[in-house]
Amino acid sequence: MNPPASTRASHAPEPQAVRPAPAGTPAQRFLRDAAEKSADLAHREIIRKGMESYEAAHQKGRARFKDWEAARRRCQHIKREAINHLDKYLLQFETNVLAHGGHVFWAEDSAQACAYISALAQRHKVKTVVKSKSMVTEEIELAAALEKLGIAVWETDLGEYIVQLRHEPPYHIVTPAMHLNRKQIGDLFREKLEPGLSDDPVELMAAARRKLRQAFFSAEMGISGANFIVADAGAIAISTNEGNGRLTTSVPRIHVAVTGIEKVIPRLEDLATLWPVLATSGTGQPITTYGTLIGGPRRAGEADGPEEFHVVLVDNGRSRLLANGEEREVLHCIRCGACLNACPVYRHIGGHTYGTIYPGPIGSVLTPHLRGPEFAHLSFASSLCGACTSVCPVRIDLHHHLLYNRRETVKAASSKGSERLMFRLWRAAMLRPRLYSLGGGLGRWGLRALYGLGLAGTIFDPLRDWNRHRAPVPVPKKSFRAQWKKENRT
Amino acid sequence: MPRKVSLFVPCFVDQLLPQVALDTVTVLRRIGCEVSFLEEQTCCGQPAFNSGYWDEARPCAERFLQIFRDAECIVCPSGSCVTMVRNFYPELLASSSLHAEVAALGARTYELSEFLVKVAGVSDVGASFPHSVTYHASCHGLRELGLRSEPLELLRWVKGLKLVDMQRFDECCGFGGTFAAKFGSISGAMGASKADNIAAVGAEYVTAIDPSCLMHVQGILSKRGDRAKTIHLASILAQTGKSA
Repeated sequence: MNPPASTRASHAPEPQAVRPAPAGTPAQRFLRDAAEKSADLAHREIIRKGMESYEAAHQKGRARFKDWEAARRRCQHIKREAINHLDKYLLQFETNVLAHGGHVFWAEDSAQACAYISALAQRHKVKTVVKSKSMVTEEIELAAALEKLGIAVWETDLGEYIVQLRHEPPYHIVTPAMHLNRKQIGDLFREKLEPGLSDDPVELMAAARRKLRQAFFSAEMGISGANFIVADAGAIAISTNEGNGRLTTSVPRIHVAVTGIEKVIPRLEDLATLWPVLATSGTGQPITTYGTLIGGPRRAGEADGPEEFHVVLVDNGRSRLLANGEEREVLHCIRCGACLNACPVYRHIGGHTYGTIYPGPIGSVLTPHLRGPEFAHLSFASSLCGACTSVCPVRIDLHHHLLYNRRETVKAASSKGSERLMFRLWRAAMLRPRLYSLGGGLGRWGLRALYGLGLAGTIFDPLRDWNRHRAPVPVPKKSFRAQWKKENRT
Repeated sequence: MPRKVSLFVPCFVDQLLPQVALDTVTVLRRIGCEVSFLEEQTCCGQPAFNSGYWDEARPCAERFLQIFRDAECIVCPSGSCVTMVRNFYPELLASSSLHAEVAALGARTYELSEFLVKVAGVSDVGASFPHSVTYHASCHGLRELGLRSEPLELLRWVKGLKLVDMQRFDECCGFGGTFAAKFGSISGAMGASKADNIAAVGAEYVTAIDPSCLMHVQGILSKRGDRAKTIHLASILAQTGKSA
């Protein structure tokens, strides 16, 4: 239950937890939303513009490296080392954070993570929380858990703040509001913040800033994510561009960093490669405006920083992936968003259609593992073009992982029985060239007759799914092999 | 010295696009190859493999190996089907005693443009095609086989051919095998974006090394009533401007 508005700070944002529950299974919703979004040309145009400016920046960014491919290989190597020795590096990180006077909580799942942070907030009588950008907090639905306790939760990343005001999940893991143009954001801000605003981005940003400043200085708790957790330094590393990350982590009395266990890297010096590669892959920047390292609470004699520093290490299905030798490298992901930007499917259906926290190729690979077979359809919703794999800065073989996911889905027999039967029949024909030729001949004869009668695309057409979006294939009378036989045999 | 080439004709080319295979034979013979076609061949198994039915695909791989075991050089007018043989058979037969043999088989299975430029060392196949053509880089050929320059190299040598570049020539057309039927609306939208890019350069033809992409793109173009037509690279290379 959400508290009545009167008990909340007057300027607090409305709770996020009021998203209407959409009808149908995730797979049905996906098909429905994909059909709608892929036909929405205005949406496609906004995404096209956004992606084109990203592509230009990304290309320029890569060119700044002496050897971009070598940097990718280096990052892959660092992450592989970290993930293959996750036990060692996480414990090293914990030991170091504890030595700095911080706290570390190991959360097996969302419920444990939310319960720990909720209890902490209640113990300190927290009324207001400011958050900097974190996909893991989206994953564990932390804001909703805190709002249930009557706590006001402010997203302070501008894009996150915009989608929070719209009661929407982030559209993209790096640029949460990329699906909106300035006019739409202007309308939103005029409705929710100040009626007199224009569509000028600088003016809109200043309006958000005025609101968020109040929040920063009234919040008792700041919640951040972590781009990396550095084992040997016992510190979290955060890349941001707006400065909200530093305010979130240093102004409130308590700082909680929530992060997936896979974010660990062995050494501080690894950031020398990972930070610029992340920035380049994420936005095309040489490095983000702010790179922040936080290792513990404020120490004696220091002017700034929180009194308490907590790190919540979230597993939530990740160790299942760790146990899977074939797919373990999916944990190498540094959440840069490059695969989303490269993906033609993402560009045509948009981030919200996936119905997942992590959309795009990495989401389609990861979500069935984290959230179960309900999301298996995502592994099939790809043309396997491989554009994702070619841009991944840690060289995850993304589109081949989709193939592994598909195989596991079929093995688990959660696929349709009719499809299984079809492939059994198909195999029977492909192993017998005469049956194959006979089937092919009958099929062509049937299609020619059908299309001759103008029945393409009707219920009688076995290829109607194909023909719904395309003109029918002109079916030839003779196969190649029939013509070959005739011409090359006497 | 004529090279012996064993033709690998994808099942859907055999049944639906026979001209692509016939044109492949024409081009190979013109550069002096001795072409054979093993009639026992059917499908490489990719539809099942990509759909997750590896147990159904595996016997196709084993059978393919049996049929082509003695072929010294296998040529196919589809980057996607070559990808299946070269990149995915070793994976499908990873724990089989046939693994090493199937990996060696993949190494001597070539996509047509790859065979012409890299193996036979021929860029000018004596073709003539006085039309404007734009090139679509099919995903499997480009990203799985690494064929970036070979098809373009061949096109540059075709007499009278005007090669025009289109925007996002290396973006997926949206075919993707069973994806095209299972997720028709997404596939159709991707195809429409491709058609927009084709229309924007105003070429008479769009060509590629994968007949499956072209079958899909042609379906989209025809449905829209667009002027441009698809043509497989082999069919351009087969044209000499003289009547046969």
